[in-house]
Amino acid sequence: MKITDTIRFASRASTGYPTRTLLMLLAMAIGVGSVVLLSTLGDGARRYVINQFSSLGTNLLIVLPGRSETVGGPPPLLGVTPRDLTLDDAMALQRSSAIRYVAPISVGAAPVSAGGRQREVTILGSTPHLYQVRQLTMAQGRFLPEGDSSRASAVCVLGYKTKEELFGKARAIGETVRIGDRRFRIIGVLSKKGQSVGLDIADIVIVPVASAQAIFNTTSLFRIMIEATDRDVIPRAKKTIAAIIKERHDGDDDITIISQDAVLATFDRIFTALTLTVAGIAAISLAVAGILIMNVMLIAVSQRRAEIGLLKALGAPAGQIMALFLAESAILSIIGAALGLFLAALSTSILARIFPVFPLNVPLWSLWAAVGISVATGLIFGVLPARRAARLDPVQSLSRR
Amino acid sequence: MISLRKIRREFQVGEERVYALRDVDLVINSGEYISIMGPSGSGKSTLLNIIGLLDRPDSGSYLLEGEAMTGLGDSQQAELRRHKIGFVFQFFHLVPRMSASENIELPMMLAGLDLSERKKRVNVALESFGLTNRAKHRPDQLSGGQRQRVAIARATVMQPHILLADEPTGNLDRVSGQEVIDILENLNSQHITLIVVTHDPELGKRARRQINMIDGQIDSDK
Repeated sequence: MKITDTIRFASRASTGYPTRTLLMLLAMAIGVGSVVLLSTLGDGARRYVINQFSSLGTNLLIVLPGRSETVGGPPPLLGVTPRDLTLDDAMALQRSSAIRYVAPISVGAAPVSAGGRQREVTILGSTPHLYQVRQLTMAQGRFLPEGDSSRASAVCVLGYKTKEELFGKARAIGETVRIGDRRFRIIGVLSKKGQSVGLDIADIVIVPVASAQAIFNTTSLFRIMIEATDRDVIPRAKKTIAAIIKERHDGDDDITIISQDAVLATFDRIFTALTLTVAGIAAISLAVAGILIMNVMLIAVSQRRAEIGLLKALGAPAGQIMALFLAESAILSIIGAALGLFLAALSTSILARIFPVFPLNVPLWSLWAAVGISVATGLIFGVLPARRAARLDPVQSLSRR
Repeated sequence: MISLRKIRREFQVGEERVYALRDVDLVINSGEYISIMGPSGSGKSTLLNIIGLLDRPDSGSYLLEGEAMTGLGDSQQAELRRHKIGFVFQFFHLVPRMSASENIELPMMLAGLDLSERKKRVNVALESFGLTNRAKHRPDQLSGGQRQRVAIARATVMQPHILLADEPTGNLDRVSGQEVIDILENLNSQHITLIVVTHDPELGKRARRQINMIDGQIDSDK
C-alpha cells in the first residue's frame, strides 16, 4: 500500500466521524496551546525581569549593610549587629581606581506638599552620581549639583509623576516643596522612564543624601550603588570595596556586595526553572489529550470492526491495518498540534496588545517540544488501539452486521 | 485446485467443545461451481472461511494450487487473499464513508497498484456491473442489489481465481437476488471457481456440484 494512500485513507476515516475527530483535535489543541502559551508567558516574565535589571545601569555593584552569606567557623559569642554604612564609607570608596561612580542611597517616605496639595512620596537621598549610575534622564532643569555631599542643601529633583500630581501642567522649576518640615527648591524634573525594579522612579523626590539623612534623622545608608570603570574590573572593584569597608569597620567583614551580573544570572535561572515547571504542568494536559486519543481510537476500532475484518479479507496484513490506525492518530495529533500553535499565537498576540510592556515572544524550543510531544503522544497512545485492530479475528469481525 | 485433507476445526463455547469441522476431505478443481448447504451450525461457513484463509484449521492439510497453506504466516496468507481469493458477504460489508467506485478501488489500493491502473479497472468494473451512473454514490444511497453488485465488483477487481460467496442473496429480494446469481454464474463461466454457501435450496440446486453438510461433516457431495 502506498504511503499517500495510507494517509488519504486515514484522513478520510477521521473525517467520517466529525464529532469524535473535533473533540480529539480540541483536546490536542488545548494541550499544545497551553504548553506554548505558558512557556511564552514564563519566558516573557524572565525577560521582563532581566530587562528591568539591565535598566538599572551597567557594571553595577550594590553594597548592602550586613552579611547575608555564612562563612562557616564558630558562631560569635555575642550577637553582632552589623555596622551601618555611612556617608563617609561611601566617600572612602571613591579612592579606588576600579570605581567610576559612587551613589550612596538613603530611602524613606515622607509627606511632600506644594500649593496646598500633599502626597506621601518616596524620598531618595543621593549624590549627583546617581544620575550616571541609574542612567536617569531629565525632562526639565538639572540634577543634583556637584559639591560636598555632606552638606544638606535644600534642593530637590521631582519624579515625573510627582511633578504632575503636585503642579499639574504648571512650571515646577524654581518652586518650592515642603518635605516633612523642611522646604526644598525644585531644580529639575526627571523624564518619564517608568518602573525600575520595584522602585517607581516617576513617583519620587530626589534630594541630596545629607538632606535625606536629616529628614529621616539617621546617619546610616540604605545601600551604596557603585559603577565600576569596566566590566573586567568588577571582581577587582568588589575586592577593593570589601577591603576598604573592612578597614573602616575595624576589620569586620560586615557588608554584602551584589554584582548586577550575579543578580541577573540568578533571576535568569529562577525564571528558566519556572518556565520549565509551568510548561511541564501544561504537558500533563498533553498526556490527558493522549489518553483521550487512545480512548477515542479504541472506540473507533470497535465501531469499525466490520471494516477491519473486511480489510483483512481483502488482503491487508496485520501490519498494514496497524499502520492505517497509527496514521489516523498521528494525523489527528499533527492537526491538533497545528491548531494548538494557532491558538497559542492568537492568545499571545491578544496578550501582547493588552500588556505592551511585557515582552512576549514564543520561545522556539517550546514549539518543537509541543509539536514533538503531541505527535509522540498520538503515536504512543495510538499503538494500543492499532494493535487491537490488527489482532481482530476477521471471521468474528465480519460475522456481525 | 483446492485440496483439503482431514480438516478439523474446534471451538470452545463456554465449557463445551464444539466441532465445526470433523476431518473434512474435499477436492475442488479450478472453474467448478459448487454450492455448500446445510443447517445452521453445520460448519459450512467455517469451511468457506478456511478455504478463504480467514480461519486456520486445528489440524489437517490444505493445498491451494499445489502449495501448502497451513504453515503460512499472516502476511503470506494476506497476500494470497489479495491476489487469488474474492469474498462476497451476506451483509455486503461496503465501507460506509466511501463511494461505490472507492469501495471497488479498495483492494487495489491495499495492493499498492498505480493510480492510473486503478482508475482503469474501476471504470471497467463499473461498466460491466451496470454501476457507471452510481459511481459517486455512497452505500446508503444504493439499493441492496446495487450494493451487492459493488461488493462483487470489489471482490473480482483483483482478478482472483476463486470467488467465495456466503449467503450472497440472503439479504436481497427475489429480483435483485436473481441478478446477483446471474452475475456470479457469469463470472464462473469465465473460469473463476465459484463456491456459494446458502440456506436457499433453490439457489443451491443451480450449482453443478452440491455439497450438503451436517454436524461438521460432508453428508453428500453430488
